[in-house]
Amino acid sequence: MSQYSIQNTKDSKLKTEEMVLNMGPQHPSTHGVLRLELQIDGEIIIDVVPHIGYLHRCFEKHCEAMTYPQIIPYTDRMDYLASMYNEFGYALAMERLMKIEVPERVEYIRVIMGELQRIASHLVALGTYGADLGAFTPFLFCFRDRERILHLFEITCGARLLYNYIWIGGLSHDLHPDFIRLTKEFIKDFRPNVKELNDLLSYNRIFIERTANVGVLPIETAINYGVSGPNLRASGFKWDLRKDDPYSVYHKFDYDIPIGTGEKGKTGDCWDRYYVRVLEMEESLKIIEQAIDTIPDGDVTSAIPKRVKPPEGQIYTRVENPRGELGYFIISDGSLNPARVKVRAPSFVTMQVFPELCKGFMVADVVAILGSVDIVLGEIDR
Amino acid sequence: MRDYIYNFWQGLYTILIGMKVTFRHLFVPAVTIQYPSVKPQLPERERNRLYVNMDDCIGCDQCARACPVNCIEIETVKSIPGEDLGTTSNGKKKALWVTTFNIDFAKCCYCQLCVFPCPTVCIYMTDVYEFSEFERDNLIFDFVTLLPEERIEKKKNYEEFQIKKEAEKAAAAKKAAEEKAAAPASKPVEPKQDGKEEIK
Amino acid sequence: MMYDWLYNLTGSEILAMFIVSLLPLFVFILPFALLAVLAERKVSAHMQDRLGPMRTGYHGILQTVADIFKLLQKEDLVPRETDKALFNFAPLLVFIGSYAAFAAIPFSGFFIGSKIELGLIFIVGVTGLVVAGILMAGWASNNKYSLLGAMRAAAQIISYEIPTLMIILMIIMLTGTLSLYDLSELQTAYFWNWLILGGPAVGLQKILLIPFMIMGCLIIYTSTLAEVNRTPFDIPEAESELVSGYHTEYSGMKFAMFFLAEYANMFAVSAIVAILFFGGYQSPFGYLGNTLGWTWLVPIEQFFWFTSKGLFFVFVQMWLRWTLPRFRVDQLMAFCWKYLIPFSFVILLLVGLIALM
Repeated sequence: MSQYSIQNTKDSKLKTEEMVLNMGPQHPSTHGVLRLELQIDGEIIIDVVPHIGYLHRCFEKHCEAMTYPQIIPYTDRMDYLASMYNEFGYALAMERLMKIEVPERVEYIRVIMGELQRIASHLVALGTYGADLGAFTPFLFCFRDRERILHLFEITCGARLLYNYIWIGGLSHDLHPDFIRLTKEFIKDFRPNVKELNDLLSYNRIFIERTANVGVLPIETAINYGVSGPNLRASGFKWDLRKDDPYSVYHKFDYDIPIGTGEKGKTGDCWDRYYVRVLEMEESLKIIEQAIDTIPDGDVTSAIPKRVKPPEGQIYTRVENPRGELGYFIISDGSLNPARVKVRAPSFVTMQVFPELCKGFMVADVVAILGSVDIVLGEIDR
Repeated sequence: MRDYIYNFWQGLYTILIGMKVTFRHLFVPAVTIQYPSVKPQLPERERNRLYVNMDDCIGCDQCARACPVNCIEIETVKSIPGEDLGTTSNGKKKALWVTTFNIDFAKCCYCQLCVFPCPTVCIYMTDVYEFSEFERDNLIFDFVTLLPEERIEKKKNYEEFQIKKEAEKAAAAKKAAEEKAAAPASKPVEPKQDGKEEIK
Repeated sequence: MMYDWLYNLTGSEILAMFIVSLLPLFVFILPFALLAVLAERKVSAHMQDRLGPMRTGYHGILQTVADIFKLLQKEDLVPRETDKALFNFAPLLVFIGSYAAFAAIPFSGFFIGSKIELGLIFIVGVTGLVVAGILMAGWASNNKYSLLGAMRAAAQIISYEIPTLMIILMIIMLTGTLSLYDLSELQTAYFWNWLILGGPAVGLQKILLIPFMIMGCLIIYTSTLAEVNRTPFDIPEAESELVSGYHTEYSGMKFAMFFLAEYANMFAVSAIVAILFFGGYQSPFGYLGNTLGWTWLVPIEQFFWFTSKGLFFVFVQMWLRWTLPRFRVDQLMAFCWKYLIPFSFVILLLVGLIALM
């Protein structure tokens, strides 16, 4: 609760009414088509009711009509800012179900692509957060850096946003001959840009005033609601699926898990959530450097099955999306089409805890809190 | 009181640092390229509009089956014996006339799943991305190189051939039935040779 | 003076007055507003590593002209349930409030719109009309968001007038005059006579004054930034929170009036800071005209110096806009009442004591 608690207004003799303000589906700051119904008393929020479903595209029902390899372009489109990770999770689930061993080169390339995608996704999150709060320049700097990552993806698989690159059992193309050189150049150019972003936005006094002590998420609340990813780590709890439930070749790399420390306010406030993402970009750079130096040779298409017909059974696999724990639950009945594909989206869980974060703060803080939890509507609505 | 002065000083100081960053960027050359007078150089694996080389297409329907959005429509007609359709560039002999090969680019999701199953690599993605149209129907591209009359002609040829074959088959069957009906009168009955008669 | 020269030229009082009052408007402010809109876009673009308008004219010079044509031909939408009189009058009031301030500003030693003795008070009073215009715009729009924006804008402008007035009071105490023309004439000769460096006093008084003058300049610059509703104080027009604030419902030429009035206001406050602290139209190094013996060159040089100083401060305003995020409303008010006002009181007291020496 902030210092603007409701008791003050209840004690006065004036009759006040609550107003319902609608931050509608079309709004420059709700990241996507999200409708927030705010019940406010003056400037202070009493309740927030999020209305979702404006982007529902029947992904899970659609999967039941398609063959397993055809589902991959659809998994891209769920969380469109972190497409590589969606494909990664799905391919991992199918490989565990069909008990396929992929070559090590494939694992390394998947990790490199995943971490590059994590940096790109965090750049969008940080840039748009600054833009919501009125700092227009870091937005463009972040997007300029993101363009270089998208160029790397473009030379590998031909697409900038929705890749269809990570297939069941391998990859669609091997790395482009220029890829490693361009990635090394990118890493060299990107580290000073992170420092520039810190100078311009992270340590700016006005930004700290807007985000410190706002939208505090205590650890117990976060764990009770099932929040994961940078939002949980910012509250001070060290939980990362890459280290606590390792998949692929993440156990071979040396990297740290940044957590929020309450440096500029309470632990778990918006500034912590923002800063954890900045630190995570640096850690991803470390992983990419190590992976590029030690990547083995091999054939990336050797383990791809001709026809994907998994045995009967079901499996649940989880990976660490840039937004949290992305889970795939696949039930197969032995035929070419799945019987059920269920996706556990991290942003959906974060929307559940969102009203708790907003109570007691001001209308302008809603924008700050929404930007800091970093949701993508494509993932919530599927 | 100490916090008060510290806040004030920090506010001023961080603003000045931010201003230094922005000022430095005034002199960095812009990263924008001025489309459409300057077009970006696209990489070789770029995935934009599809192209089908009909000389190589054998009409196997693999690409249409692989497409997740069903945007490829293929209809084929079997060729009658004696017709020479030529060979594809990797030596396969073609046996089907492809009379319809429509790709609806309004539905295509540019995922590239149709390129991999093609046995002759006749369908592939080019780097053409400026093909907007005013009417949605203009985005249905027809790749078949046969003229409309030729398509009707091929279909007619096949149907006539089928009818002829049916007629021949019917005539042959009738003849066989006639022969079979006339056969039992002239054929001798052979006695059964087995050693089971001694048991009785 | 310009008025006398024109009177001698034409022989008619009315014609001379007419020309003198229209000159700043047409010769200076309107072209400046056009240029400032373009400059904002180009400056912001180059700070963000991009190019800005490039297609209209050479490197986008004619962009604002194109914008004006576009705004002229737009349909003038008036929502149904609004208060028509207030809705139509509000942009005019904002426009008048911004442009009328130019009457008292000396552009050079030769030209001043109106040489009134109460220049500073006049300017502060007339820019207060803008508050009434904004409130009218917000109320008459019949829109919850506009009303919120207008309330916040009114609170902001009224609060930030106080530090402005304190610093102006400080200058008045030191120099003893309210007229902007006299203030500029006072800071004559070279740049060490500028008020920011202590003014035309000599000795210990001058050295002691310097830190207070610098602080005063910062305070008045910040508070006038808030009066013009520029970032970091642009809550009334915050796009991402209130979709445009009090001018959401305006379209076409009325919106253009708000727009142009904002840029004119920016120049007006930059000009005031330049006159109060940085010598107005005086050159820092002496006049070329004087050394060469061509006295007619001097007013032109003065005009050139005045515009450069004004444009420099406008550039700093744009620079700040593209660097900083925005304040929240209660933080904005806290900043004014808890930081700027106590500081300006203390400075006022101390400068008063020093002036007594």
